[in-house]
Amino acid sequence: MTHPAAPSPTATAPAGIPEYPMARASGCPFDPPPALRALQTEGRISRVRLWDGSTPWLVTRYDDERALLSDPCISSDNTHPGYPHVSAGALERRKRAPTFINMDDPDHARLRRMVTARFAIKRVEALRPAIQRIVDELIDAMLTAPKPVDLVEEFALPVPSRVICELLGVPYADHGFFQSNSRILVKRDTSPKAAGEAIDKLVHYLESLVTEKLAHPGDDLLSKLAVEQVATGEISTRVAAAMGTLLLTAGHETTANMIALGTLALLQHPDQLAALRETGDPGLIASAVEELLRYLSIVHTGRRRVALADIDFGDVVIRAGDGVILANDAANRDTSVFPDPDRLDIDRGTRQHLAFGFGVHQCLGQPLARVELQVVYATLYRRIPTLRLAVDLDQLPFKSDGLVYGVYKLPVTW
Amino acid sequence: MRISVDQDKCIASGMCVLAVPEVFDQREEDGIVILRTDVPPPELREAAREAAASCPSWAITVTES
Ligand code: HEM
Ligand code: SF4
Repeated sequence: MTHPAAPSPTATAPAGIPEYPMARASGCPFDPPPALRALQTEGRISRVRLWDGSTPWLVTRYDDERALLSDPCISSDNTHPGYPHVSAGALERRKRAPTFINMDDPDHARLRRMVTARFAIKRVEALRPAIQRIVDELIDAMLTAPKPVDLVEEFALPVPSRVICELLGVPYADHGFFQSNSRILVKRDTSPKAAGEAIDKLVHYLESLVTEKLAHPGDDLLSKLAVEQVATGEISTRVAAAMGTLLLTAGHETTANMIALGTLALLQHPDQLAALRETGDPGLIASAVEELLRYLSIVHTGRRRVALADIDFGDVVIRAGDGVILANDAANRDTSVFPDPDRLDIDRGTRQHLAFGFGVHQCLGQPLARVELQVVYATLYRRIPTLRLAVDLDQLPFKSDGLVYGVYKLPVTW
Repeated sequence: MRISVDQDKCIASGMCVLAVPEVFDQREEDGIVILRTDVPPPELREAAREAAASCPSWAITVTES
């Protein structure tokens, strides 16, 4: 490891503590790592070792994770010395562009509420026709392109990128710039230097956009922030730009992975794909989206927190200052909540998964992600009914090294 | 049964609106929860209980009477 371990009271813990995150089993790209499932069966809490040598707690069961994620003694503040950082790059991002995802209330609530209106259910529902148009246009283009097509590049990335650009007021023409820089940020092995450069570029770009919106406001979210928060002195241009960067990066990477990996999972489950293709029932489509969110749990490196006070937890006491990781991917396969959890069942009909997290940091963009995925899953397989993989499953490059799981490429044909 | 909401706790997730739009709505200006009725009709009571249990910030309280 090239970066020195953060000072931690437990850095000298005995060997034998498993490394986290763990590796998935080969040939099982959709299932959480076997070693993680083993810890879930063995007990409620254990220590794991991270990239920097620190040894935070790991919690893997659904009820425990929900309880801790809504415990006021559990903090998302990643400037806290005990915070279990996901990578050296993520630490660098926080230093340069802090956002509410890593703040506690009241700061978190104050900043989050500046942007929540646009993500309300009715506001997002009103975007459905525009999202449908984007999806249809991209499918039209794919149908005339030479085969095979990389579904990631030609469809999965452009859909959410265009949508979040329209919502924020970012020119889609700049997608090459922001996609490549956010790709650097979501890789775990990105060096602090590379992460720092990528985040600086994105924030500078957003700063100039916010400044532009101050002079010529439109109807988009960045204009709203510029006029209502920056012009009034409530927040600085820099804080608005950092928030814009968070929305832009979180708004396209995650949904893009759900589109590509979701398609792959459905292609590997032809009966489920057929049921989805043939249904006209919006309820079944919505249920399929929830089930794929649960089954794939693409945000697969756990929710990261630090304890602010001692917490009694079964046989152990989580001490103030201890790092805590809540493995929401494992919770989404907890047999006590989801019967036969390893089965993909698009008709499961439950929204109780932790794919969007839980507690005050639960995903801000979830209503938007839901509508995007509903439109995609209801349209793509109906319009291209013979869609299939153009390579073998074992040739696909999976994002095992990503903060968000998925595939780097998905060559398809029909 | 009576429902009450704590707007200070609400994070505007929209989960309750998805579950029972007849009972829950969101404020125009910031997406924070508002009640369309605090006494749900019998056929919506079970769904309202589930909405309370799935609220990520425990902002919904159900009082059975
Ligand atoms: C399928 C797609 C998505 C998944 C699986 C996902 C997942 C998550 C998760 C697990 C969290 C919780 C973080 C934590 O607890 O520390 C989160 C937070 C967040 N997500 Fe998403 N997300 C998705 C789409 C989106 C979209 C489309 C946006 C659009 C802007 C977005 C914006 C955010 C923001 C701003 C937060 C921070 C919320 C806070 O700290 O209060 N996400 N997301
Ligand atoms: S489910 Fe809870 S947090 Fe979400 S909008 Fe309703 S009251 Fe607010």
